[in-house]
Amino acid sequence: MELLNSEETLLKESAAGFMSENAPVQALRDIRDQKQELGFNKELHKTLADMGWFAMLLPEEAGGYDFGHRAAGLVAEEMGRNLTASPFLSTAVLSSIALRQSGGDQLAEWGPKIAAGDAVIAFAIDEGAKHSPSRIKATAEPEGNGFILNAKKRAVFDGFNADRLIVVAKSGENTGLFFVDPNAAEIEIERNAMLDSRNAANIQITNLHLDGKDMLCPLEKGAEVLEATLRSGRAIAASEQLGVAREVTERTTQYLMERKQFGIQIGMFQALQHRLADLYCRIEETASLISTALKAIDATADNAEELTRAAKAKAAKVTRVATEEAVQMHGGIGMTDEVDIGLFMKRDRVLTEMLGDSAHHIDFLLRKRGL
Amino acid sequence: MTSLDEFRMETRAWLEENCPQELRRSFTTEDDICWGGRNWTFKSEAQKQWLERMAARGWTVPSWPKEYGGAGLNGDEAKVLKEEMKRINAISPLESLGMWMLGPALLKYGTHEQKLEHLPKIARGEIRWCQGYSEPGSGSDLASLQTKGVDMGDHFLVSGQKIWTSYADQSDWIFALVRTEPEASKHKGISFLLFDMNSEGVTTKPIPLISGNSPFCETFFDEVKVPMENIVDTRGNGWTIAKYLLTHERETVSSLDGIFGRANGLYKTAADAVGLDETGRLDDPLLRADIGDFLVDEMALTAHLAVANTYSRAGNQLGARSAELKYLGTELNKRRQSLVVQSGGLEALSGPEEKNGIGSETALWLRSKGNTIEGGTSEIMLSIISKAVLRLPSLG
Repeated sequence: MELLNSEETLLKESAAGFMSENAPVQALRDIRDQKQELGFNKELHKTLADMGWFAMLLPEEAGGYDFGHRAAGLVAEEMGRNLTASPFLSTAVLSSIALRQSGGDQLAEWGPKIAAGDAVIAFAIDEGAKHSPSRIKATAEPEGNGFILNAKKRAVFDGFNADRLIVVAKSGENTGLFFVDPNAAEIEIERNAMLDSRNAANIQITNLHLDGKDMLCPLEKGAEVLEATLRSGRAIAASEQLGVAREVTERTTQYLMERKQFGIQIGMFQALQHRLADLYCRIEETASLISTALKAIDATADNAEELTRAAKAKAAKVTRVATEEAVQMHGGIGMTDEVDIGLFMKRDRVLTEMLGDSAHHIDFLLRKRGL
Repeated sequence: MTSLDEFRMETRAWLEENCPQELRRSFTTEDDICWGGRNWTFKSEAQKQWLERMAARGWTVPSWPKEYGGAGLNGDEAKVLKEEMKRINAISPLESLGMWMLGPALLKYGTHEQKLEHLPKIARGEIRWCQGYSEPGSGSDLASLQTKGVDMGDHFLVSGQKIWTSYADQSDWIFALVRTEPEASKHKGISFLLFDMNSEGVTTKPIPLISGNSPFCETFFDEVKVPMENIVDTRGNGWTIAKYLLTHERETVSSLDGIFGRANGLYKTAADAVGLDETGRLDDPLLRADIGDFLVDEMALTAHLAVANTYSRAGNQLGARSAELKYLGTELNKRRQSLVVQSGGLEALSGPEEKNGIGSETALWLRSKGNTIEGGTSEIMLSIISKAVLRLPSLG
């Protein structure tokens, strides 16, 4: 029931074909088993960029294709289905949107590098166990023409070995986004392997002196740029999560047709059929909510923020059930490392925490309604 | 200006001029609905006028062909009309099973004569129809129905009992599933018959429900004479039509405003009854969490229905997917009504009798329990999805 135009259908098919061939789950296993530090494969990153997928959210004048969020969501969904590890969310989504929305000089220089797969830019926002942008403690104290930056950032995705960092910090009441070279002496970066075998970093910045031009946008515009950046990131993360939900559920459906007990396929048991059918319905409504949110972002609709919050919350809820049901219905074998289900469950868990869990976004939606 | 824009301007102007002011508001009780029929008493002069004006334009059933009482609007035009009515909050001039159910079946399976005979009367609200499907022994296993039609040459003699016949006591005609081919297999022996509820041998008896009203009836047939020409399509093909209609009904049920648009009150009811804490949040964290979960699911289903709508307007058949919409829509409505009553606490349960009467929050809550039973239970919906969408194998 998905509504795709011919371009979108083509994009989805080419992404599905490419990921399953070049970046299947086995590629993630290799990263994990070989303990690759980056948490992604550099050549694959470059090839994904060659496909144009790191340029989708960048404007044409910065080397981008300006395909929009709906298109980026379709690609992210296929990444979720294949557990494709790449700096897509950090670089092609969060940092690209931050650069683009800021409208500063950095876009012209770094946009083409992102598009070509020549740069990884990590977006450093979280400071605690839970995503909470309203409680940022990092500070940028004004000094002369610039600032002194102090920050302790946690779980900075792709923050280990990035080419640049975008650091979110408070300057008085305002929010600033600072474009920082991670090689500065005032910055300590500690690699942190995540449950999903990708890298995240703990980053400590102590008294780093910054020039005014290291700021992506004027301070008074910071909050707005941050909101837009997070919105895009959340909507695309939800799309990737949808891919996880759909993939594990299809694999489970398939398993139910193959596995025999008591002399029949276990897919004949109504106790399992109804649970799977219920899950299917919930995944489908989630897909509609996500595509509606992505289109709303592209159309800069008034309800884009609310739809995105709801989409992120819903994707987390449904995908948790999908991965749990997948393990349960696979039985003992679902608990083994040999079968991929566990890898999907781990990625789902990370995606849920990334950019805010259900409770975080539901709280926002309720407050909007005076509750 | 495109022709669709022109259509919108004309429609807007016509509605402005012709929709009575007092009917520009939401339905508040079931009494606001105009069902039409031989015995219909209009609740006001405005209600009568509004129906007549809309029917004269073919706008009670805008997408039906003109010769059968419609206006022959295409999908886009029908959508514009809906939007323009919504814009001024115009109440629907007519609702009926004839419009929702029998009409689409006759348009697809009826003869030209049958269409000419029945459709215009439905469009004008002159004949009110009811649906004779379920029987005491045939609920979820509908095709096991036993009401029989004995072939008497130029007519059938129909005998048996139907149950859950909506508004049978107030309806003029019935479309019923009747076993006319006793030798054929379960699904192949059923015919789709139309007959007048005034016929000799028809009796009805309303069934009081826990919600206080009695929209459903038991309906008894004792050798009712039904002319041969009142059969729709061929003998023994009733199950095909019934399945088509059930699919259609599910789509209608899951998109009906009545079942689907009463959330607004929830947030206010909760805030009023429970109060807010010093941070401005609902002062009952667990109720707040339940409402939050509901809210996200409601936004998801709203988006999903819009997608389904666009999908079917583009000419695609929803088919078995309508089971998905019916399941999600009715389950969500039960949660909604539960939360409303739960939010209201004891306040929602006490008070003068009329406060708990038809149309009250408690009545809606009780009534909603039937949503996941009528039109196919949630369990039947899940079985349809397992089989037709997920393609899981079935036992036997």
